[in-house]
Order: sequence, then C-alpha cells, then structure tokens
Amino acid sequence: MDKPIQTSLPPKLTVRDLNFHYGNFHALKNISLDIAKKQVTAFIGPSGCGKSTLLRVFNRMYELYPGQQASGQVLLDGEDLLDRSLDVALVRARVGMVFQKPTPFPMSIYDNVAFGVKLYEKLNPADMDDRVEWALRKAALWEEVKNKLTASGMSLSGGQQQRLCIARGVAIKPEVLLLDEPCSALDPISTGKIEELIAELKNEITIAIVTHNMQQAARCSDFVAYMYLGELIEFGETKQIFFKPQRQETEDYITGRFG
Amino acid sequence: MSLILRDDVAARRFAARRRINRLALTLALVAMAFGVFWLIWILWETLRLGLGGLALSTLTQMTPPPNEEGGLANAIFGSFVMVAIATFIGAPIGVMSGIYLAEYDKGWLASATRFVNDILLSAPSIVIGLFIYTLAVKRFHTFSAIAGALALALLVIPVVIRTTEDMLRLIPAGQREAAYALGTPKWKVILQITLRAARAGVITGILLAVARIAGETAPLLFTALNNQFWSADLGAPMANLPVTIFKFAMSPYENWQQLAWAGVFLITLAVLLLNIAARWITREKR
Amino acid sequence: MALPPTPVRQAPGVWADRVFGWLARGAAGLTLLLLAGILLTLLIGAWPAIEKYGLGFLTRALWDPGQNEFGALAMIYGTLATSLIALVIAVPVSFGIALFLTELSPVWLKRPLGTAIELLAAVPSIVYGMWGLLVFGPILAIYVQQPLQNLFGATPGLGVLFTGPPVGIGILSAGIILAIMIIPFISAVMRDVFEVTPALLKESAYGLGSTTWEVVWKVVLPYTKAGVIGGVMLGLGRALGETMAVTFVIGNMSQLDSPSLFQAANSITSALANEFAESGGGLHEASLLYLGLVLFFITFVVLAFSKWLLMRLQRREGGRT
Repeated sequence: MDKPIQTSLPPKLTVRDLNFHYGNFHALKNISLDIAKKQVTAFIGPSGCGKSTLLRVFNRMYELYPGQQASGQVLLDGEDLLDRSLDVALVRARVGMVFQKPTPFPMSIYDNVAFGVKLYEKLNPADMDDRVEWALRKAALWEEVKNKLTASGMSLSGGQQQRLCIARGVAIKPEVLLLDEPCSALDPISTGKIEELIAELKNEITIAIVTHNMQQAARCSDFVAYMYLGELIEFGETKQIFFKPQRQETEDYITGRFG
Repeated sequence: MSLILRDDVAARRFAARRRINRLALTLALVAMAFGVFWLIWILWETLRLGLGGLALSTLTQMTPPPNEEGGLANAIFGSFVMVAIATFIGAPIGVMSGIYLAEYDKGWLASATRFVNDILLSAPSIVIGLFIYTLAVKRFHTFSAIAGALALALLVIPVVIRTTEDMLRLIPAGQREAAYALGTPKWKVILQITLRAARAGVITGILLAVARIAGETAPLLFTALNNQFWSADLGAPMANLPVTIFKFAMSPYENWQQLAWAGVFLITLAVLLLNIAARWITREKR
Repeated sequence: MALPPTPVRQAPGVWADRVFGWLARGAAGLTLLLLAGILLTLLIGAWPAIEKYGLGFLTRALWDPGQNEFGALAMIYGTLATSLIALVIAVPVSFGIALFLTELSPVWLKRPLGTAIELLAAVPSIVYGMWGLLVFGPILAIYVQQPLQNLFGATPGLGVLFTGPPVGIGILSAGIILAIMIIPFISAVMRDVFEVTPALLKESAYGLGSTTWEVVWKVVLPYTKAGVIGGVMLGLGRALGETMAVTFVIGNMSQLDSPSLFQAANSITSALANEFAESGGGLHEASLLYLGLVLFFITFVVLAFSKWLLMRLQRREGGRT
C-alpha cells in the first residue's frame, strides 16, 4: 500500500483490511489505518463516503441492523473487536459514542449520567454522586446543572443536551469516544464549547470524530483521514493534510472545490 | 363583439360556479348543524333524565324489584370490578404485544399479529361474548364475573396493541441507538428508554381502552349476565351497569326506566371523563 | 481531576434479555391464538347447525325456535338494511361536517367542535339505543310515520313500506340511530385526512380561481380518497357489528313478511343479544353461534375489502409519481 496508514504514536485502534456491506452495497473498501492513543483523529469526506459507517464499526453498532456485515480486523489494544465471542456490551463500554442529534433519555439529568454506569458497576449512592459530578465536570456542564440535577434531561438547551450525552458517555470511563458529527445540530457558541471539551478529554481518552466542518477538523484534531466512496484516500497528521496534501482529491475537497 | 360575447358567457359561467359553491357550502353548514343537533339532543336528554333519576340512594342502594325504591350500587361495583380485572389482564398483554411489533418486528409472527390485530379491532364485541360464553360459561356451567372480565379483556388487547406500537414507533431511532451504544441490553432499552419516552401515549391508549369497555354491553350479556343482589364472588353472575340499564330501559316500569337513565348518565360521564383525561395526558407531553 | 483507574465491569447478563424477548413473543403469539380460538370455538359450537343446514342457512327465511327451525335470511337482511340506511345518511352528513370543519369554520370554533365530535365517538352505544327507544322512537312515529301512512297508505306498492304500529321501531329507526352513532367516527376520519392535504396543493387550485367547493370536490377529495374510504369502511364495520343501538329499537321479530320500514324486524346482533342467554343449548344455540360466525365473516369481508382498496389506491399512487 502506498499511503501511510500508521502513525509515529502508539495505536489504540488498529484497523486492517476492513470491508463493510449493507446488503449488496460495498460501503467500506479495504480500510487500514491506526488511531493513535489519546489523540483526536478526524474523519472527513463528502456525504455517503463511509466515514459514519466506519465509526459505527468501532463499537459494533451495525449489529443492530440485519443485513450489515463487516469483515477484516479492528484491534482495540490488540484484541479483535469484530470477534463475535467478545461481549458486545463490554465493547461498547470501552468504546463510547455520541451522535449527531442530542439524545437525552426521558429521565432526570442525574439519571441520564448514572444510567450507563449502573449497567456495569454497582456503586453505593455516594460513589455514584461522585461519578456523576465527575462526568458532568468533564463535560463542562456541572456548573450549569448542579442545582437542577433532578430536572428532565429534555429540559436542557440543545448544546447542553449534547454535553449531557458526552457526560453520559464519559461516565462509564470508556477508552475510546466516537463522535459522529456532534456539532452539526448546534449553534456556534455550543460548538465552541464542545471543541474545548474535546481538547480537554483527549488527555485521557482516544477520540475519533466525524465532521463536515473543515475548520473544525483543522482546529481540534491531531490526525485526519479523508475518505471518498468507501475508500480511505489519504491519512496523516492534520497539519500535513491541510497544508500539503499528497493527493489532488484531498486538496480539492479541503479547499472547497469539491464536495 | 365576439370578445364581449365571450366575456358574457364567462361571466355567466362564473356566476353559476359561485352559485354551486354557495349551495355546497350552505349544505355543509346544514350538515354540521344536523350532526350537532342530534348529538346535543341525545346528550341533553341523558343529562336531563339522568340527573332527574339520580339521587344519593342511587349510589348506596341495591337494584330494586319493579316499582320499589332502590339504586345501582351493586351494578356500579360490578362494573368497576370487571373493568379493573379486564384492564389488568388485557393491558400487559397488549403492551407486550405492541412492544413485540415495534421493537422486535421481523419475520412472519409480527406481520401475522398485526393482521390479526386489525381483525380483532374490527370484530363485533358480541362475537367476543359468544367466544367467552363457549369457552368459560358453557364449560363451567355458570355465568360469572370472571367470564365477563375476560370478554372485556379481549376488547382491551387490540386497542392497546395498536396504540403501543404506534407510540413506540414515534420514538426517534437515535434514542434507541444512543442507549445501545452504551451497551444497554435490549430489555432495558425498551423498558427504561423507549417505553418510558412513549409512556404518555401508551397510558392514553389504555385509558381509551378502559373508556371503551366501560360502556360495553354486548359482551357481558351472556358472560357476566346480571345479578339483582350485591355479589363480590368472581365465580358467580355479577351485576353491572350496562346490562342493568338494558334490562331496566326495556322494561315498562317507571322506576326502572328512571334508574336506567341515571345509569346511562353515570356511564357517559365516566367515559367522557376518561377520554378527557387521556387527551390531557398527551397534551401535557407536548 | 485525574481519571480514576478503569473500573471493573460486569457485563449485563443475557438471560433477562431472553426472558423479555420470549414474553413479548408470547404475548404476540397469544393474540394470534386468540383469533384462531374465536374461529374454532364458534365453528365447533355452530357445527350442529352447519351440519343440518349447510350454506342454505344463509338463504332460509324461517326462524322459529318453537318449531326448532332456523334460517338466517331475516337477520342478515336486517343487519345489511340497517347498515345501508345508516351509511346513506351518515356519509353525506359526515362529508359536510368535515368540509365545514376544515374549510368554513372560524378558527375559534374549529377546536371545540372537532373535540366535541371526537368525544361523541366515545359515547357508549347503549346511550344511543336507549335514547332511540324512549325519546326518538315515539317522536318518529308521530311526526314521520303517521304522516307518511296518511299520505301513501292508499298508494299501492309504496304504502306497504310504512305500515306497522305507530311506536317508532323497526329498520328505519335502527338505521337512523346507527347513522347518528357513526357520524362522529366517519367525520373525524374525514376531517383528519382533509387536514393533511398539502396547503400548496389547495393554494395552487385557489390560485387558478377555483371556488372552495371546487377545491374540495376536485382536489382535496381525490387526493384523500383512500383515507375517506377508510373512514367510511370504519363506520360500516361499526354499524354492522353494533348491538345495543340496534337491539333497543329494531323490535326483535325475525320476520321477512313485511317490507315495511316501520315493522319490527331483527338483525344478527339483536337476535344474539335477545335469544342467546335463553337458548338453552341444542340447535337453537348452534344456530345462534352460526349467526355469530356469519357476522364475523361479514365484518371481516368489509375489513379485507377496505384494506385491498387502500392497497390498490396506494399502489396506483406510487405508480403515478
């Protein structure tokens, strides 16, 4: 393979020869790349290029839908995530996900954050309180909600809801956090807050983010992967991709001449 | 010249179209008035004659023999008991089936159940009564409250299945995915996320089902039958409002007819209140 | 705050998932069994009558429990005739109400009137029946039946339609009560489907200079015909299977001798309501169960027909776009 798929840093996720099918549609074609530990890797490309699909392979979300199939390898610290014998719940506990639209559950703010924790751990109330506070602080939401933890998660603004969802994901202490266009439904101020959050979280968590927003990818990622029609076209350090892309297609896309 | 003529024709045609329009809209107004007229008349008579027959003794005394003082206490109690049992049997089955259709939907069982549910929804309630009669009454050689409750439960099930499925399908897929993305097991996703998000709609469906069976007479005629006396024995015939009303209204006795009006008033009131409550719950949600 | 060490996680068990899945599947399966059970029970119970009369039961006019002779024609006629009368009255009225609510009504009146119509659909049928027997019947007899008898009594052919004692019971009375009962159902559905007609479609028709009536008749109605038919079929299903609204006023006499609209008659449901509890087993009970089976079959045909019609309309619509 002529393009670089590895980074100089230790990988958290190692993807090798990943192919993905929706029924007869070949959605991902021979994807291989490394996602570096405690770094932010951004996936960019026009709609339908397969970047969201790739993200959904990392926590086996595709299994919810019959007719979707992945083959190849996705190693999380050397362990193959696609191995059917691995408990899918434990995979998802290690690889969290935040979606395009905020998805607060129909319960209080506190219960939203505690929900995932309760699935895996039996904490006493005081420890749970600590964990909820910790997660909400991580998501930079604590100051705004500390006096209304019993209010419904639905009562928050869109940006707050999205940070609540991040807190909910962070609370289980995942090793990897997948963000699928987390800001596309948000206003610029909320988007800024989420980007600050990403910079803060990467000290402890490996982050993969799908985005349509070139500036966002440039601002908050360390590595960028450009995908097109199910293929990985170019992968490298953010600076390199944005300042001297190797491939013409990548340059066309990031300069807005295409896509 | 010809231009003017054409204008003249067009004007005449336009006038004709306007006349037709006015006639049609007047008829629509008449139809509205016609519909509202009957309905107001019925409700008015129910209110007038029902309140006229209503007294404290209606709620405290037993159903009387002809031309004697009495009330509807045993019938009200019986209706309440049977509706409650029917709801406790029918609602869980309906909700679980609705969950199956909305959340597990695949294969022949789901489409077959959906099809059958449509048939059950449109099945005449008296046929349900016949079914329970042959199944329970004939087998155990006695009319009984439990048979009546079973017949009513079979009317609850399809209504609840339909509303539960519809309401669960309104929950955005994103919410389900977000729950699964945390590694939540399916039963918890359903019970704690989707069913919870849809609870207002599901409760509304159950309330509407209760409202429907509260006034149902036909399925009780040959299952619970009736009872002149107070009975709390589920294995024996039990008095109930609809059948009592039927019997009293068809009779020539003045006091029975008066009680029938009181009963009809009570049932109408209960059903309308249940419907209003159901609306109010879903309104809250929005 | 530093990240605490990775917690020890316990994978959620799979048994709860399995149990819940089986419960849901079981409930759905139970619903299936229910229909099978209903059909089977009725069939077994009706078997003596089916064996004796076969399909000829449907065309036999004689129903005489005293002689132990049974035939369903009178009841089938009663059921179909009352439902037909109900539809003839209810469909145009419901269309008018829906038209009024969607196009004419002042905004402040729309909601209360619409809600009232929906609430009335919930009023138990026994209310309609009792009102029909005790209030409406006598009025119908005095102000409609007697004038008609006076007017046409001597006219051959026509007069016979209005014979009967002046108490206001019979096919016409039952049909009218049914109509009043199903008007809320049909008009609520029609209003709902009229309301979802895209505003753009209506506006472009108005833009061409159409009158309100032309918009409704030539644009809204064709656009919504599937829903409108669904509403009418819903009303028809209600009318066919309705027991109490009919039983009170139809008179409960299984006869076909008089074609009069005011002569006591019988429908399938009223025969069941009146005779079943006292039939005491035997051929009488079997024949009544056979009647129940016939009724179930009729409502099923109506349902299947409307589903088929909807499917065909949808397919044609899909083909057009």
